[in-house]
Amino acid sequence: MSYALKRTLIYAALIAWTVVALFPIFWTFSTTFKVAKDVQLGHIIPWVDFKPAWLGLRAIGLSPDTIFNPSTPREEFIKRFVNSIQASVGGATLALVIGSMAAYGLSRFRYKWKIWQNRDISFFFLSQLILPPVVLAMPFLVLYKELALLDSMIGLIMIYALMVLPIVIWIMKDQFDTIPQELEQAALVDGCTTWGAFFRIILPIALPGMVAAFILSVVLCWNEYFFAALLTSTNAKTLPVMVASQTGSQGISWWSMAALSSAAILPLIIIGVFLERYIVKGLMTGSVK
Amino acid sequence: MLIRVATVLLAALVILQILYSSGKISVGFGTWQPILVAYAGWSIALCTGLVLRDGETGWRALFVLPAILFTLALVIFPTFFGFYIALSDWNLQSATGRQFNGLDNFYQMLGDPYVWNAMGNMVFYVASVIVQYAIAFGLALLLNADIKAQKFFRVAFLLPFMLSPVAVSWMIGKSMLEYRFGPVTKLLRYLGWKTPSLLTDPWLAKTTIAMMDAWVWIPFMMILILAGLQAIPKEVQEAAKVDGATGWQGFWEVTFPLMLPVSVSTVILRIIFQLKLADIVINTTAGGPGGATDTVSSFIFREYKDRSNVGYGTMVAEVYLILIIIFVVLLLWGASRFVKRDR
Repeated sequence: MSYALKRTLIYAALIAWTVVALFPIFWTFSTTFKVAKDVQLGHIIPWVDFKPAWLGLRAIGLSPDTIFNPSTPREEFIKRFVNSIQASVGGATLALVIGSMAAYGLSRFRYKWKIWQNRDISFFFLSQLILPPVVLAMPFLVLYKELALLDSMIGLIMIYALMVLPIVIWIMKDQFDTIPQELEQAALVDGCTTWGAFFRIILPIALPGMVAAFILSVVLCWNEYFFAALLTSTNAKTLPVMVASQTGSQGISWWSMAALSSAAILPLIIIGVFLERYIVKGLMTGSVK
Repeated sequence: MLIRVATVLLAALVILQILYSSGKISVGFGTWQPILVAYAGWSIALCTGLVLRDGETGWRALFVLPAILFTLALVIFPTFFGFYIALSDWNLQSATGRQFNGLDNFYQMLGDPYVWNAMGNMVFYVASVIVQYAIAFGLALLLNADIKAQKFFRVAFLLPFMLSPVAVSWMIGKSMLEYRFGPVTKLLRYLGWKTPSLLTDPWLAKTTIAMMDAWVWIPFMMILILAGLQAIPKEVQEAAKVDGATGWQGFWEVTFPLMLPVSVSTVILRIIFQLKLADIVINTTAGGPGGATDTVSSFIFREYKDRSNVGYGTMVAEVYLILIIIFVVLLLWGASRFVKRDR
């Protein structure tokens, strides 16, 4: 096979998959601006095939021409959007705080409590990756009802923290393992306490890992649907649950569904485009051993 | 000392609340929330106590203790509490509350064709991981090739993984595959398929769900494999070329064997995630047609949503958990032997 032909084939394959990966996203964004006729005729390219309209954005009260009018859908949408931000950032932060601490401890010290040693503790945390959400869902439903945490933001944040905790510990332990121990030893000689060395010396160095773990956690929590659908209703409902509840009803128009879906994925696409290297870094952790 | 006092205090509160909620005494809290607060207080007391008693060792223990206490309260306790629920007939909507019914749920499960159908579907979905792996490996090789605009392609390939499964269900499942005017069905008609109803025929629906799932998850495997590829020194492949290996031979005889450990861990990790598959199924087909696309998770989800019966759903979930643990342990054991033998 000649060199030029090989290059052409590689680029053809790359572009083909790019289309597969990006077309659904493009489709969703463009459908936001379609009217019924364009949807039915399957028009695809804006300005050429169809004239963009504000129908979709108007359906969630965000179109430029009506943005100053009061609108119930907009209030609803903004509430869900804010809920999603609170739940995902809250969950990721909580997981990052206790996860980093645990990862540091496991990376640096030898623990021995009865038969429990470092390996067992690490395994204890990582093994939770196996646990499917369904197993926890019903007990949480019953417990949260008793604890009066059903449909509350705190309850959701705790679950999300729990969900991403093993991943955070995994990434952070890997990160701390790459930092040489001599750094803290020097700090300890200078009179730092263990925790002082952790906060002042190690955390600043481990910052890239923390950012990676945080962003990956935020993305996972933002997309979480299962727990949110079971444990929240009017008050703490998040954006995915709102999107899902709209898909169920048949009468809903495509453009408003598209607008909602676009709103749900837009933050992720922004994160993906600008912070891609952190996501990749987070995912790559531990795969190469 | 502090630890003992805190433990006694917590135990006293729990006993008080149990007695109150079973109606034996009249003093108590309206909900169980104070018990959770008490647990948090006990945790703080435990941490402080350890620091006071053990000094430096206590300070060190303080790093992992919060995570352990958090996990104990929110994972281990609910999982075991689940067995208590599983042994009962408990409809959250009805006034009768929990009724102990022993192993009835278990026997009901054994005779429930829908549960076994869902388990069978899980086998199909897990098997589809192998196809995803092959595609992901191909994409990783493409990205690892000496190409221009590598960053652009990497971002583009990664994006599907980051999207919310619920949004994906609508974007692809409900709109692009729509029977009358979805772009994919239109394309299929154009290619000569008269009735491209992708979600009404059982096997076709299953395959479609697997493809949507692949669309989301291939980037995840791709990134892991890419990390492995980048860790292979360039000299190794150069050496193979010097020895006269063609690209194809070089791949099968050099790259692929070197990638085996990464491949095995990627596939296992992916299978573990695949066993949780639910969101796409719930939102695209709701398990239909006739349970053809059901996963265990989506089955239990509907069992609760439709009937509010937590007892039966929890029993299925706990049995599923046990099956998963056995399966994953066997998988890890088999994989470690497989990788060792090949070395």
